[in-house]
Amino acid sequence: MAHTDSETVAEQNGLVKWIDDRFPLTKLIKEHATEYYASKNFNFWYVFGVLATVVLVMQLLTGIFLTMNYKPDANEAFASVEYIMRDVEWGWLIRYMHSTGASAFFIVVYLHMFRAMLYGSYRKPRELIWIIGMLIFLVLMAEAFAGYLLPWGQMSYWGAQVIISLFGAIPAVGDTLVEYIRGDFSISDITLNRFFALHVIALPLALVGLVVVHIMALHEVGSNNPDGIEIKKLKGADGVPLDGIAFHPYHTSKDLVAIIMFMMIFLAVVFFAPEMGGYFLEHANFEPANMMATPEHIAPVWYFTPFYAILRAVPNKLGGVILMILAVMLPLFLPWLDRCKVKSIRYRGWIYKLALTLFVISFIILGWLGTQPPNALYVLLARITALIYFSFFLLMPFYSVIDKTKPVPERVVYHA
Amino acid sequence: MTDDVDRNRRHFLTVATAVAGGVGVAFAAVPFISSLKPSARAQALGAPVEVPIGSLEPGEMVRILWRGKPVWVLRRTEEMLARLPDVDPFLRDPDSIEDQQPKYAVNEYRSRKPEFLVVLGSCTHLGCAPLNKFEVQPAENWFGGFFCPCHGSKFDLAGRVYMGVPAPLNLVVPPYRFISDDLILVGADTGDA
Amino acid sequence: MHKVKGISLAALLLALTISPLAMASSGGPALEAADNDMSNIPSLQRGARNFMNYCSGCHSAQYVRFNSMGKDLEFSDKQLVDNLMFNAEKTYETIRSNMPADQSKVWFGVTPPDLSLMARSRGSDYIYNFLRGFYADASRPTGVNNTVLVGTSMPHVLGGLQGLQRAVFHESSHEGQAATTEFQGFEMITAGTMSAEEYDNFVRDTVNFLDYISEPVQMKRRVIGVWTLIFLTLFLIVAYMLKKEIWKDVT
Repeated sequence: MAHTDSETVAEQNGLVKWIDDRFPLTKLIKEHATEYYASKNFNFWYVFGVLATVVLVMQLLTGIFLTMNYKPDANEAFASVEYIMRDVEWGWLIRYMHSTGASAFFIVVYLHMFRAMLYGSYRKPRELIWIIGMLIFLVLMAEAFAGYLLPWGQMSYWGAQVIISLFGAIPAVGDTLVEYIRGDFSISDITLNRFFALHVIALPLALVGLVVVHIMALHEVGSNNPDGIEIKKLKGADGVPLDGIAFHPYHTSKDLVAIIMFMMIFLAVVFFAPEMGGYFLEHANFEPANMMATPEHIAPVWYFTPFYAILRAVPNKLGGVILMILAVMLPLFLPWLDRCKVKSIRYRGWIYKLALTLFVISFIILGWLGTQPPNALYVLLARITALIYFSFFLLMPFYSVIDKTKPVPERVVYHA
Repeated sequence: MTDDVDRNRRHFLTVATAVAGGVGVAFAAVPFISSLKPSARAQALGAPVEVPIGSLEPGEMVRILWRGKPVWVLRRTEEMLARLPDVDPFLRDPDSIEDQQPKYAVNEYRSRKPEFLVVLGSCTHLGCAPLNKFEVQPAENWFGGFFCPCHGSKFDLAGRVYMGVPAPLNLVVPPYRFISDDLILVGADTGDA
Repeated sequence: MHKVKGISLAALLLALTISPLAMASSGGPALEAADNDMSNIPSLQRGARNFMNYCSGCHSAQYVRFNSMGKDLEFSDKQLVDNLMFNAEKTYETIRSNMPADQSKVWFGVTPPDLSLMARSRGSDYIYNFLRGFYADASRPTGVNNTVLVGTSMPHVLGGLQGLQRAVFHESSHEGQAATTEFQGFEMITAGTMSAEEYDNFVRDTVNFLDYISEPVQMKRRVIGVWTLIFLTLFLIVAYMLKKEIWKDVT
């Protein structure tokens, strides 16, 4: 037994060595898995990064198979989606995985970002990781928006109409810009064709590239933890951080559990509620695009609604657009807005806890308002919540300083 | 001691998780791979095709398209049929032993009715469409048949391949049946349409 | 501390998932539930027959293939050809309407919409109430109006079955407010060949069929979903035990 075992090991080493002489395989595995040390006290909030990667892979895979059957042609797009749903064997599953995946992507990314806000993961020395992450978020929004036009349903068409028109608010160049985006005088076959190119090639390429950079930057600096302590400051004799454990097998075995749990929720939606009550797949989008008639009520897909609500809350086209863009971009500046001594919410005072709570509530309310038809009360509510949203960021340099903090321990808090 | 037990348990659980994961991946692969096969629309477009043969003169051939492939229906003359046995010595598979035809076409004419030859007009070498060459040239041991312009493969009037050419097999006889004396259905041999 | 986070997460998830369901139905008059049951194959078969007899004259269902539908609804090829395929020759064809689109536009002012996805875009309750909501209205070219889709161009194709009914509106005007008309109910003017209950069942079967064709896979996917979750539960147990085992190292 032992004999054959050592033989196989020798053989593997031979092949691995052959590769290692030509490509840093073992080095990469060590740097990013077996000898990448992350804090042992990661909690629930630390699974969303890996889940976002899982969703990205799933979107790429299902996307490739959808592209095999989809036709980016205004006359055929809608029918080709129904072709996938009915005539292609298992096509319905691939399509539902992709459409549910879009929403799942935003859910895990929002929660991933929220984690960073809980534990100050954007703070020095991780500012660049955060900035790259924000770029990923922006590309993801563009990717989702381009993808939403492709089924060429009523919501695809009119949603794109409304959002592209926003660019028209830009002084002087607005109208020209809008025509350049559409490639036509209205949303048309040409627009569909170029959005297809963006959705299946340009933006995914950018997304994958940014994700690689995001992870490289993370592994260079090292992961933050719920205590906001730099574990690299305290290392053992072997050079391993005292509070760090190898990514593989410890975090991988934990992440696997998280991935399975996520897949259970995800596939439950795919199999039992792919429309999610009209929020993941909007009812009006089961009608082909009709240039002559706008649906009674237009709302973007849920993941855009918080920003859409801010847009609508402003009684001025340009002002609304500016505030909306500002709302999307403000988190980018968090590393410099936050001037608190400590990173983690565990050691911050009541002010930040209150501010973050209000921020989350305002974000959710804005999201809900964005799905509703506007009325006077809702507009007022949107203005109040938008004010809270902006205050969270803009007042942070002040309240984060005066907030009372608790002493941060030397070692991370962990109970086996 | 306990360390040993733990190790066994750990090894067992690692294998069990890997197996479960492998099964999961295999399950997940099924829909993706299945989606690659011809869809309901492809099958509808590839449905059997009816070929009217009532007006086909002896020695005349029609070409139709079935599943995107050319199908030849040749009404052979008495002489053509009579010459078939003469070709046998020059053929690779004169008795249609290779599985290139439905059972009912395993006979000296490779057809349901001796008169009517139904074959795919697709060379078994690399898929070019062979040309008609029905005129007999006894000096060259050519008894009439099909000639592939791409790489020079030769077939007789039953679609049987000659020896010494690149094509390895006889031309394929697709499933077909006679709906009536005047009508052939190419693409199905049982059931209706 | 941990509990608080757990609750806030639950709230987040709730906000993201459950509330859409609760908010989905808003606006418009209250619709009676269609209560159609897609596991009821005979109902679907009757619905298919109703559709082909009463709807397919004007409406297509261009994404629905007879053979795929036959497989799900347990029709034999012979039954399809003999009883359902009025306007098709081969079982792999899709359901087309008997009427050329340009002509129907002349007759009705609009082209009767394709019904493949109607139950998905409007909901089965909508169709159920629409088909029961025709009432006499002399001001309309078709002689009927509809409580669900006011001013519809569709004539009351099922009038012979349902009979012709009158809609009773209650007009109320409160001081200082604009007068409002409120729909009270229907009164039958001339009876049809069916009783009210028979007609409701007839419509329910038809809606059931429309619901089915709007997403033919919906029964199957639930079954597959159950098996998938069972498998993942087992996988989860094994993976969790492995995690526990490996994390024994961590102190």
